[in-house]
Amino acid sequence: MIRAADVSYTYGDKKAAPPAVKNITIAFEPGRFYGIIGPNGCGKSTLLDLLCGHTEPERGSVSFNGRPLSAWGRKALARNIALVPQSVFLNFPYTAREIVTMGRYPHLSRFAAPGAEDRDIVDSVLAMCGAENLADRYMTELSGGEKQRVVFARALAQNTPMLLLDEPCANLDVRYALLLMDIAAGKVEKDNRTVVAVMHDINLAARYCDHLVFMKSAGIRAAGPTREVLDRAILTDIFGVDVKLSREPAIGATQVVFLR
Amino acid sequence: MAKEKRKIIMTAGSGTINNRQPFLRSLRHRPLWPQLAVMGALLLVSMAAAAGMGYIEVGYGGVVRIVVSAVFGAQELAADIEPAARAVILEVRLPRILTAVAVGGSLAVAGAVFQGILLNPLADPYTLGVSSGAAFGASLALLLNITMLGVFSVPLFAFAGAVITLGVVMYLASSAGGFSSNNLILSGIIVAAILSAGISFFKYMADERVSVLIFWLMGSLAARTWTDAAFTGAVMIIGTAVSFFFARDLNLMSLGTRPAASLGVDVRKLSPLLLVCASLMAAICVSITGIIGFVGLLIPHLVRSVSGPDNSRLIPLSMLTGGVLLLAADTLTRSVLPEELPIGVLTALIGGPFFCYIFRKRQMSRMVPGGGQ
Repeated sequence: MIRAADVSYTYGDKKAAPPAVKNITIAFEPGRFYGIIGPNGCGKSTLLDLLCGHTEPERGSVSFNGRPLSAWGRKALARNIALVPQSVFLNFPYTAREIVTMGRYPHLSRFAAPGAEDRDIVDSVLAMCGAENLADRYMTELSGGEKQRVVFARALAQNTPMLLLDEPCANLDVRYALLLMDIAAGKVEKDNRTVVAVMHDINLAARYCDHLVFMKSAGIRAAGPTREVLDRAILTDIFGVDVKLSREPAIGATQVVFLR
Repeated sequence: MAKEKRKIIMTAGSGTINNRQPFLRSLRHRPLWPQLAVMGALLLVSMAAAAGMGYIEVGYGGVVRIVVSAVFGAQELAADIEPAARAVILEVRLPRILTAVAVGGSLAVAGAVFQGILLNPLADPYTLGVSSGAAFGASLALLLNITMLGVFSVPLFAFAGAVITLGVVMYLASSAGGFSSNNLILSGIIVAAILSAGISFFKYMADERVSVLIFWLMGSLAARTWTDAAFTGAVMIIGTAVSFFFARDLNLMSLGTRPAASLGVDVRKLSPLLLVCASLMAAICVSITGIIGFVGLLIPHLVRSVSGPDNSRLIPLSMLTGGVLLLAADTLTRSVLPEELPIGVLTALIGGPFFCYIFRKRQMSRMVPGGGQ
């Protein structure tokens, strides 16, 4: 379980700039799929950075399984928390398979070559993400969506109890967006993993996430089970757009239509 | 014809690239040891060949006998070889050859490390202003005729210049979140530009000493001593060992700082450590030989295109390849060309156009729809 206790963070000049994240207290528990929703610049990605230990909070603390992140070794943390970043930038001609294999590094000692088990894991996550045909192609030659699938596969290869996704479906077509969300939901349901995903597509979040966290101007406006917190008042409040909610029986989820 | 060529380029991304250069391309999936052994053997052979070449010529066998007799004190082995040839090889050529190999290897490894950390395949040991700093320090010592430290005056000033410049560049580029590669490259360029202006001013002021200054700025491996060879050799071995130890972390760092951190790399500690390691390697080389450009840029590129971007292969292979190529270039200026050309000029004259060629080739093969950066 990961817990943020009263964390704040400000970029740049601590006195002049407004905080990116302010006094947030929240816990993410195993076996749940969390969606973080909010307008641009509300601090979603910063919260994710704080949760994975990439950024140290200015105030407050983040702990994983009861131990503050700063007390964890980097490598031990990488065996517990995996991150799929928003954009993938790569300047060197690694193949997709090499990139996914890097997800096994936290489980290997410094000079140990990946073994048969690691190779099996890499093959299976590539297949899971529909990326087996990309395996031997260079990352520099893949499209944005293809790269995103490869990086998602790398996070799966890391095989961590906790998976942080920063807009995982931003570059994906519908088919692959559903596929990756199905995989993430499966990890939550079958293996009792925790998934925390920053989402821009509210309908995708409403369909897959069992808990939603609504953020606005560096703080949390509402958090709780999807069926309790997803309502017209909160969406209108955080996005400033009028909405209509309806139950979609075909997928058994509430879906949102934006009116104005 | 042109259309067909284009078609080949367009489909290169979907796997046919493996058919175009089957042997070279497949090297990246072959074990490393045979490749290291081949490069190591090539290095030894070129060292022996270079030692025999020049005004006094000695065959391979003669060179080996001279070296073995000197190492094991077995005088009778080389008894039939002229004492003059012995002296030239042991006291003049071998130190120079070993320095060339060590400097070439160090610059190539430093280049590979810089490219990995700065996420930029076009970075090299000079991107961070290390060479300009060294040149500034050396120019200062030469201009003011500072000799209080004996023969070490110019190298020491050059080294101090390089280290101070590195400190300033890292200070300029640092922010709360560590170093961003863009900030580092920008700071390096700014500081180098200021220092270049300073060097131009020194040249203008130098009057009759300007030729010494220019000669230093163009780099030279002539008149190296065993001290130089031992020093640069130690730098190459230690620097390469440190870089190789962190090879896997460097692979992860080439994904960017956030992904690297999430895969278990302590980026905030490791990136300054490796920057300082690579910069020191470059700074020491520059302070001893003057500026020898393009080695750090070209060699890792070359090795990467043959053996892949994995740093645990790239670093040791770059060390050997850098040694072989700088030795070859130096031997060319020393004993093949009618006039001894400054080595820095030669590496730039060969390396520059060659780099343009591979750069252009890479741009063409990048023309895959949607596959841009």
